[in-house]
Amino acid sequence: MAVITTPELDPAPGRAPRRIAFRQRIGRWDVKASPYLYVSPFFILFAIVGLFPLGYTAWVSLHDWNLIGGKGDFVELDNFTNVLAQPNFRTGLRNTFSIFLLSSVPQVFAGLVLAAVLNANLRAKTFWRMGVLLPYVVAPVAVGLIFSKMFADQSGMFNTLLGNVGIDPIRWHADVLASHIAIATMVNFRWTGYTTLILLAAMQAVPSDLYEAAVIDGASRARQFFSVTVPMLRPTIIFVVITSTIGGLQIFDEPRMYDQFGQGGADRQWMTVTMYLYELGWGAQKSFGRAAAVAWILFLIIIAIGLLNFFLTRRISTSGSRAGRDKR
Amino acid sequence: MSSIGMIKQTSGAGAARAVARRRARQVGQGSGGAGANRRPRWVTYSILTFVLLVSAYPLYYSFLLGSSDAQTIAQNPVPSLVPAKHFFDNVERVLTSDIQFWKALTNSVIVASVTSISVVAFSTLAGFSFAKLRFRGRRGLLVFVIATMAVPTQLGIVPLFIVMAQLGWTGKLVAVIVPGMVTAFGVFWMTQYLEEALPYELIEAARVDGCSMIRTFWHVAMPAARPAAAMLALFTFVGSWTNFFWPFIVLGSNNPTLPVAVQLLQASYFKDYSLILAGVTLSTIPLIIVFAFAGKQLVSGIMQGAVKG
Repeated sequence: MAVITTPELDPAPGRAPRRIAFRQRIGRWDVKASPYLYVSPFFILFAIVGLFPLGYTAWVSLHDWNLIGGKGDFVELDNFTNVLAQPNFRTGLRNTFSIFLLSSVPQVFAGLVLAAVLNANLRAKTFWRMGVLLPYVVAPVAVGLIFSKMFADQSGMFNTLLGNVGIDPIRWHADVLASHIAIATMVNFRWTGYTTLILLAAMQAVPSDLYEAAVIDGASRARQFFSVTVPMLRPTIIFVVITSTIGGLQIFDEPRMYDQFGQGGADRQWMTVTMYLYELGWGAQKSFGRAAAVAWILFLIIIAIGLLNFFLTRRISTSGSRAGRDKR
Repeated sequence: MSSIGMIKQTSGAGAARAVARRRARQVGQGSGGAGANRRPRWVTYSILTFVLLVSAYPLYYSFLLGSSDAQTIAQNPVPSLVPAKHFFDNVERVLTSDIQFWKALTNSVIVASVTSISVVAFSTLAGFSFAKLRFRGRRGLLVFVIATMAVPTQLGIVPLFIVMAQLGWTGKLVAVIVPGMVTAFGVFWMTQYLEEALPYELIEAARVDGCSMIRTFWHVAMPAARPAAAMLALFTFVGSWTNFFWPFIVLGSNNPTLPVAVQLLQASYFKDYSLILAGVTLSTIPLIIVFAFAGKQLVSGIMQGAVKG
C-alpha cells in the first residue's frame, strides 16, 4: 500500500530557515485536512437538503402548519390520526403499491428475457443496446402525456386497436386496475431498457466455466438460463428491486400527467401517496402539517421495506448460491 | 511533473480499459454461456427489432400527432404512419402560447449544465479523497455515503420548501440547482472508478515533485477521471433535464423548466392534442440529440455501474 504523505524530514538543527518550517507546517496541514475538505461538500449538502428536511418533517408534522400562515399550534399526533383516517390516504396507499407491483415485477421479468436476448453474439451490439435504452431519455412528464393520449377511454389508440380485433373498449381511466396498468406501462416503458442493461452486465460477468459444466451435464439452453444464469444474477436482481422500491413508492410524475386535472381521477382511482402529499400541502388545504405527516408515514414504509429487503437478501445470499460473493 | 499525455496513457481511459480487460480475463468473460459464439438466428433479430419499434414508436406517435390537427386526431385515434404537414404550425403555436417555452428551454439548459458541472467537480474531488487518500474514518464515511442512496430524500420536500421560501428562493433556479449539486451516486461512482484507474505511483510522483494536494488532484486525478466524469455528467444532465417534482413545486409556472412548462400545455389546452404533443416532441428533441451522440456512453455507463454496484 502506497501512502500519500511524503516523509517529513526533520530540518537540520540550527540551519532550518523559517520559511521551510512554515511551508512544512502548511504541507502537513494540507495532507491532514485535505481529505476531509474534499469529501465535505457532499456531507454538508446532504445534511442541509437531505437529513435536516427529513428530521424537520417530523417536527412540522406535529404542528398545525400552513403554506401561507406558517407555523401554528403544537397538535401532537393529530395530523397523523387525521391523515390515517382519510379514505383518500388509504386509496393512495393502495394505488401506490398496486402501480409499484405492476411496474416492477413485469419489468424484472422482461429485463431478464431481453438481457438474455441481448447477450447473444449479436451484430451491431451497441445499436441494439442503445435501442432499448432510448425511452430512458424521455422525461416522465412527456411519457405521461404521450401515453395518456394512447390510453384515452374514447378515441384512444389502444381502444381503437382492440376494437379492430373485436374486443370491447377498456376503461383505461375510469377503472381502477386498468388505470394502474396504464400508468405501470409508462414506468415500464421508460425503465425496462435500463434494467435490462444492468442485468445484461451481470450476465456477462457470469463465469463461462459454469455454462461449460452445464453443457457437459447435458443442460438445454433453457435449463442453463434457469439453473445457471438466474441464480447467478440474484444479487443484481435484488439490487434492481431495492432501487425500484425507493423510486417506485414515491411515484408522482406519470400519474399526475394521466389526465388534465392531475388529481388522480374522479374517484382517485390512480392517485398515489406522493400526489396526495402534494395535494395536502399545495392544494386547497395548504396544510404542511398533514403533508409532512404523509411524508413521514411514506418514509417509514420505505425504510421498513428497505430493511426487509436487506434481511431477505442476507438470508438468500448466505443460504442460497454463492453468487453474491463470486461476483465482484 | 508528468505531462497530461503521459497520465492519459498510464491512468486515464487506457488504464481503465486495461483493468476491464484484465478483469474480463480473470472471470473468463463468458459473454453468454454455451452457444455464445454462435451467431444468433433471425428469431433473435426479429425480437430485437420488435423491441426497438416498441421503444421508438411512442416518440414517433408524439411527432405524428404533433404534426396533425385536432380534428384529424379525433377522427383517427391510430395515426397514419406518414406525418401530416402541420408540425411547424403547431410548434409555432407552442412557442407563442403562454407557457414561455424559450424561457423554459433556457432554464433547463442552465439547470442541467450547472448541476452536471457541479456534480462532476464535487464528486471527483470526494472520489479522489475516498479512493486514494488515507484519513481516519474513511471507510465509515464511505459506507455512510452509500447508505444515503437508500434514503428517500424527496420526502423532505415540505421543510425544504419552507427553507427555500425563507431564503426567498422560491421561483428561482438556485432552488433547483443547489439541492442537486453533489450526489451520493456521483461520489460512489467516482470513488469506484478512481480506485482502479489512478495508480498510486502517479500521485506519489506528483507529491514528491512538491505538488500540494489540490494541485495533485487537478493535474493527476482530474485527467485520470475524465472518462467516468463524462459519463457522470451525462447521467446527471439527463436526470436533471427530466426532473419534474421538485422544479414543479418550487419554481411554479412563472419561471419553469421544460417539463414544468410542457405540463402546463395539458392543463390549458387539454382538448388539443396536436399542440400538446408538438410541445412534448419539441421538449424531447434536445435529449434525443444528446442520446444520438452519447447513447453509447450511457449504455456502457449503466453496464459498468451495474458490475461495480
